[in-house]
Parts: sequence; structure tokens; C-alpha cells
Amino acid sequence: MKGKAWKYGDDINTDFILPGIYLELTDPKEIGKHAMEGIDPSFVGKVQPGDVIIGGRNFGLGSSREQAPIALKYSGVSAVIAESFARIFYRNAANLGLPALECPNVSKEIKTGDTVEVDIEAGKIIVNGEKELEFVPVPPFMMEILEAGGLREYIKQNRAKW
Amino acid sequence: MSTIAQKILAKHAGLEEAIPGEIVKADIDFAFMPALTAALAFHAMYDMDIKKVFDPKKVTILLDHIAPATNITNATLHKECREIAKEQNLETFYDINSGVCHQIIPENGHVYPGMLMVGADSHTCTHGAFGAFTTGIGSTDMGAAIGTGKLWFKVPETIKIQAEGSLSRRVMSKDVILNAAKQLGADGATYCALEFRGSTISEMSIGARMTLCNMAIEVGGKAGICMPDQKTFKFLEGRVKNEYTPVYSDKDAVYKKTVEIDGMHLEPQVACPHAVDNVKPVTDVAGTKINQVFIGSCTNGRLEDLQVAADILEGEKISKDVRVITTPASPEVYKAANKAGIITALMDAGAVLCNPSCSVCFGGNHGILAPGEVSLSTSNRNFRGRQGSTEAFVYLSSPATAAASALYGVITDPREV
Ligand code: SF4
Repeated sequence: MKGKAWKYGDDINTDFILPGIYLELTDPKEIGKHAMEGIDPSFVGKVQPGDVIIGGRNFGLGSSREQAPIALKYSGVSAVIAESFARIFYRNAANLGLPALECPNVSKEIKTGDTVEVDIEAGKIIVNGEKELEFVPVPPFMMEILEAGGLREYIKQNRAKW
Repeated sequence: MSTIAQKILAKHAGLEEAIPGEIVKADIDFAFMPALTAALAFHAMYDMDIKKVFDPKKVTILLDHIAPATNITNATLHKECREIAKEQNLETFYDINSGVCHQIIPENGHVYPGMLMVGADSHTCTHGAFGAFTTGIGSTDMGAAIGTGKLWFKVPETIKIQAEGSLSRRVMSKDVILNAAKQLGADGATYCALEFRGSTISEMSIGARMTLCNMAIEVGGKAGICMPDQKTFKFLEGRVKNEYTPVYSDKDAVYKKTVEIDGMHLEPQVACPHAVDNVKPVTDVAGTKINQVFIGSCTNGRLEDLQVAADILEGEKISKDVRVITTPASPEVYKAANKAGIITALMDAGAVLCNPSCSVCFGGNHGILAPGEVSLSTSNRNFRGRQGSTEAFVYLSSPATAAASALYGVITDPREV
């Protein structure tokens, strides 16, 4: 995973990530067209496939709407890296196969426009090809879900032991 | 040595004990979905190659967030939900005439002490008021839950909210939870369960306890729980059809921390824009001009909430500069309020009455705010843009503070009216 960083602050809530008026949409591609609209209406015009969102504390607080991580994923975002996550967002992202990585101080270490490379297996983030940051290890069970590409695939493959 | 949250998870995972931090796979007793997340959950279940829900008696869909449909897109979504409910043979289905999901679920006997329930709505924590472990999940998790009857959970640590003393006149449970939010911060309980204890809580009605648990998610909580007691059993009598065994925290249960609230001296509280933990005593913000008051939602749309508003507004007129939108949380609430003369009192004072639904709460329905407008709302979230324009301002308060403020068009201390 490699792309450009788009940095936002602390407490980026689900209404920012996908405003409530779009909850009636069910096509992920349509949902993706409104990613981050509540805080940055220009986001969808500038994000490129592979790009990474950088957040501060408590990223994804608010509603249980899976449309929030769906919007990010289908806008092209390949990972969200934040100092901490709200619980439901964190689960929803992993269930969709979108890595949500906890990395202390990330909002100080990375700025918008930096090139960010994520090596999930090695637990590392490489910034502008030089600086290395470590993220908090993903719990093994969540790692299995991410490796399967999300909970749907995971359950399909592991129905017997679920 | 376990809290109620640990005990319920252990029981449903077939374990002796559930240790905080550990991941368990647990059996789900009931799962519910509002329309806005239901279709996605079923798509997820079908993607898992599962065709039918694990038990049509234990799964329901409710059309509450936008009701009745306001445009063709959500009409189409409602239509899809009705079709899914039929095709899946769901025993219950709650159409647009039913009210807010978190009110319908207890009124219809779906929640009981000791159960494990999931809802595809973040405020599912409301139902912990009945001594249950109930938590909000996203659509893919819901697809797994309704398809397999199971879901994984990280066993949470528990934070105790210890509230002692009787609340003063016109101070409500909403003020208790707003004060707790101030003390904890918007991420202060991330991944934790909240347990509400103490004499303030025992004295509260079931509805008031629902308000507390409802807002557990606003501090990042996974669940908010009250110990079941006679009030709980009385409310559930005639509603819950199955047998149940109440569960209680052990005396020597271990808590992550304790937040203390002095119920007796608590003042009415107001959460200021744009964060739920930006809480001030009402006296600090009194005089702030408002354009709209909303009394309703799963937080404060129950009979006692409308009653306190009517007590304040009866025989009076709301300020000319304010519009008041009142939305009872369910038909049961609406009818009881009507019988008690509350609806007439509110309408005579100048309030608009809407049909039971989520209504103004989340900005997808009606009562949308224009740029620059200020709202005082009894709901649970005041994020920027939550009730319309991103340039509007939402304050949160109890129904007593909301009604008192409606009289003067400015935020007003309800103890003064
Ligand atoms: S009333 Fe508001 S908070 Fe409650 S379920 Fe409806 S939209 Fe969500």
C-alpha cells in the first residue's frame, strides 16, 4: 500500500466522514463519491487510489454507519492511520478489509502530501521513503480478517469454525 | 470478581469467566436493524453465502430514521426492507408507524435482563438500562450476526459511574449523563462498558435510565448498563414472553475507574457546539439565543420527558423567535401523552407535533437547520452538521431546560421557571 497522506485532526466523526443525508445510498461506489464531505467537500476530487488518511485521536466517533468506512474505501483510500479509533469504526473498517492502524503521534509525524507506504506484515509505516514509524500490532484475530479481505470473505472461508 | 458485562459475555460464549481484553465468540439473543443499515447488513449476509437468518424470531427491521419516506431514494430503501422482512419470514417488522427503534424494542418485549443483543445503530447501548449487554455494530458485523447467530466481542473493562443523592427539582438524568461526559471526555470510555450505580440511579425511572445508557456511546462506550431491579421487572411484565435470569456485578468486581457524581448538588447541564463533552452548567450559557428547540429522540422522547416539557409550557406561549418541534418516541408514548393532556398543552403553547420517528435528531428528515441557526436539542449528538447546515450550532440539554428555553428564546435555567 502506497499513496499520498491526507491529514485531518482529532475527533473526526462519522457525520464528517459521511453525512447522514447520504445514508439512504446503498451502492458503495455512490457512497464513495461523498467521502469526507462533512469536513472537506474537495476530498473526493483530490484523493487517488492508494492514498492514506491520517487522523488524530478518536477517529470515527459517532454512529455505527458502516457507510463511513465504505465511503473511504470506495473513494480509493487504502488505509486509515490515527492515534486512536472509536470502537465501532475500527471494527467496521477491518470487517471491510480496510486497515485501521493505531500509531501514536502519527499526526505529528506525517503531514498532508507526504508519501506513505504501509507494510502491514512488518508493522511499519514508511514516510517519504525514509522515516519509519511503527503502528500498534493488529490483534491476531483481526489480522486474519484483514488477510481474508474482510469479514465476508473470512466467514465464507471459515464457516465451520466460526 | 466479574462485572455484569463480563458475566453476560461469558455466559453467551459458554465460558466460566470472560477476562477484559480477551476476544470471545458469543451467541446473540436478538438483533435489530434500522432501515438505513438493514439493507447493507443483508447484502453482507448474502455475500457470506448465507441465505436465511439464523432465527426469524430473533431478528427484526425497523423503519424509524426517516419515516414516512421523504424522497424516492429512501422510499426505495423502505420498499427493499419490507421485501426482505417478508422473504426472510421475520416474525416482527416495524414499519413507519412504529417510532424510534430504541423505544420500540423494549416496549415490544425484545429486551430482558441478562441478554446479549446487537443493533445496527450506535445507540443500541440504550437497552443496557434493563440489565442487558447491548451494543451497536456495523452492517458487516450485523450480516455475520443475523446469518450465524454469533459474533466476536472483545471483553470490555468497565468504568463505574457512581451517582449518589436525589436530583433537585428540574434536574434530570440527562444532566447526570452530560456531566459524566464532561468528566470522561468524548473518548474517555472507548472500548469500555459503563456501569451506572448509586442511589441517584436506583431512584430513577426506567425511562431516565434509558437516557443514561443511551449516551454511553457518546463517550466511546461499548455498553451502558444499570442493574435490574423491581422497576425493571415491572416495566417488562406482560411485554417479555420468555423466561430470563437477571445477572448482577459481583461485589468484588474490578473496575477500570470510578467517576463520581454528586446527584444532590448537580445543576442542569448543557453540551455546547460541536462536541458532546463540551459541557457547561446551564448558568454559564443562559441567555444564548436559540432558533429551534427539539424535544424527542431515543434519548428524551418518552412520556416523562414530554410531561416535564408540558409542565413548563402549559398555559404559556413559546417565544415568537423560536420554533419548537416535539416528537414522541413511539405511538405508545404519543397516546399516553395525549390521554394525559400533554399533547394539547404543548400545541397550545405553540409546539409542532411530529409523528414518532427519529425526526429532527440526525438531520436526514425534517427540522433542518439553516446556516447560522442555533438549536437546543434533547437528543444525544451535536456534531457539526448533525441537524442540517455545517454552519449551524447544536446545544444539547434535558427536556426541562429545552422547554424553559423555548419560553424565552434563549437558553434558560429550568429551575427559574
Ligand atoms: S433518535 Fe437519533 S440517535 Fe436515536 S436512533 Fe434515531 S437518529 Fe439515532
